[in-house]
Amino acid sequence: MSDEGFDEWLDAIGEGEAFYLECDEGHGSLPPRRICPHCGSFELSETPLPASGTVETFTTVYVGTPDFTDEEPYVTAIADFGPVRLTGVLRDVDPDDVEVGLTVEPDVGRNEATGDRLLVLRPR
Amino acid sequence: MAGVRVAGVGLTQFGRHPERTGRDLFAEAALAAREESGVPSDDIEELNFGNYMGVLAERQGHMAPLMAEAAGLDCPATRYEDACASAGMAVREAVRTVRSGESDVVLAGGLERMTNLDTADVTEGLATAADELFEIRQGMTFPGAYALMARAYFERYGGSREDLAHIAVKNHDNAFENEYAQFHRKITVEEALDAPMVADPLGLMDACPVTDGASALVLVSDEYAAEHGLDAPVSVTGTGQGGDNLALQDRRDMASTPAAEKAADEAFADADISPGDVDAAEVHDCFTIAEVLAIESLGLYERGEGIGAARRGETTADGDVPVNLSGGLKAKGHPVGATGGSQVVEMTRLLRGDHPNSDAVPDADVGVTHNAGGTVASAVVHVLEVDR
Repeated sequence: MSDEGFDEWLDAIGEGEAFYLECDEGHGSLPPRRICPHCGSFELSETPLPASGTVETFTTVYVGTPDFTDEEPYVTAIADFGPVRLTGVLRDVDPDDVEVGLTVEPDVGRNEATGDRLLVLRPR
Repeated sequence: MAGVRVAGVGLTQFGRHPERTGRDLFAEAALAAREESGVPSDDIEELNFGNYMGVLAERQGHMAPLMAEAAGLDCPATRYEDACASAGMAVREAVRTVRSGESDVVLAGGLERMTNLDTADVTEGLATAADELFEIRQGMTFPGAYALMARAYFERYGGSREDLAHIAVKNHDNAFENEYAQFHRKITVEEALDAPMVADPLGLMDACPVTDGASALVLVSDEYAAEHGLDAPVSVTGTGQGGDNLALQDRRDMASTPAAEKAADEAFADADISPGDVDAAEVHDCFTIAEVLAIESLGLYERGEGIGAARRGETTADGDVPVNLSGGLKAKGHPVGATGGSQVVEMTRLLRGDHPNSDAVPDADVGVTHNAGGTVASAVVHVLEVDR
């Protein structure tokens, strides 16, 4: 399955050129998007995403969906990158060592069970 | 604008009925509501039916006409879907339809069949209430989403797993005498804290169970009730709905639920009441933390104050404003697409005085119900009042 807009966004993250969509009022959002969800502006432009974010909340998941059974337990985190937040699977860190405020960077990983790409966050 | 009365209510036993079809479950609840109302089937002008995952559980789409047929109705039927708030929305639309004068009698309710699926498939089905691209692919589960909100809440306001455990204990206590509840077993704080972790910081005893069940209500106009001499002392006097971004990452704040605040504000203004008038509440405690967010959204508590309410004994059956006297989703059970209807059914019984826990609120005039979809990207609140 391909998801136009989202796939290209992941491509950009994988190439180290992560971006978000910025409207003319300065609000951030993520593609695919035709209109700013915060103010309704149609003027959306690709703007470089800050290189690092901080974990705002996270959970260690012990009972995952079928697609994630092989990874249990795994950590899903939401990190604040300023204009946008990103939800990702936190990798390269022991679940016991994760804490709110951890500095992370986005990357593209793969779900080994499905072959789908996914957004991962790694400590920076 | 026509007033709206609850003429009859019906529930199935909530619990595990893996062998029973959805149509049979809904028919049981609908026929019970019809019988209690005394309204002839020809007078029922519409069916508003809530369901979330029938396509996954029974490979059944287009459920509403099927459910009308199962309930012995010959009327237009429409399915409402807002994840866990599906039946609440079905009730809300029924209230609006009766108020508008479009119909005098509407049957509203919902159904979910879940336990015929294994845990992994239920987990997957529930997860689809989240954002597929930005959440589900990153391993977000339904418990995981509420765990993210719980940690955000703890970071902002403080609170502990023990505070949450007191909510689970309270709701199991309340379900004990409820004949429709899934669990008739009291638990202790220690038991809740020792349960296996599902999505840290939420454990198994913070989570509602997987449940089969159905709910139904016959809603009628004041005029119809008077004309036919119906015994219908409970009215729906307020309704409100709110919405929010689907993905948690896009919310302004992850430690509160603004959609429910909007729904509550609208419903309270509609009924011309304030939070201080509320005598009892049935809220959407799919996870213990959700009850905290709910009672804050309803204005029963300031933000950051709801976490200790159960522990302090303020929301218990003998507290100032009992919350989830039915046992809530936690212990009564959570058949997703039926839950919002069941809350209105339970509040009706509590106010009429024929609920096993009505003794806890003998003088209650005003009850509210709070039903939320997913991580509260949709929310619906109703105000119920009883003639005294």
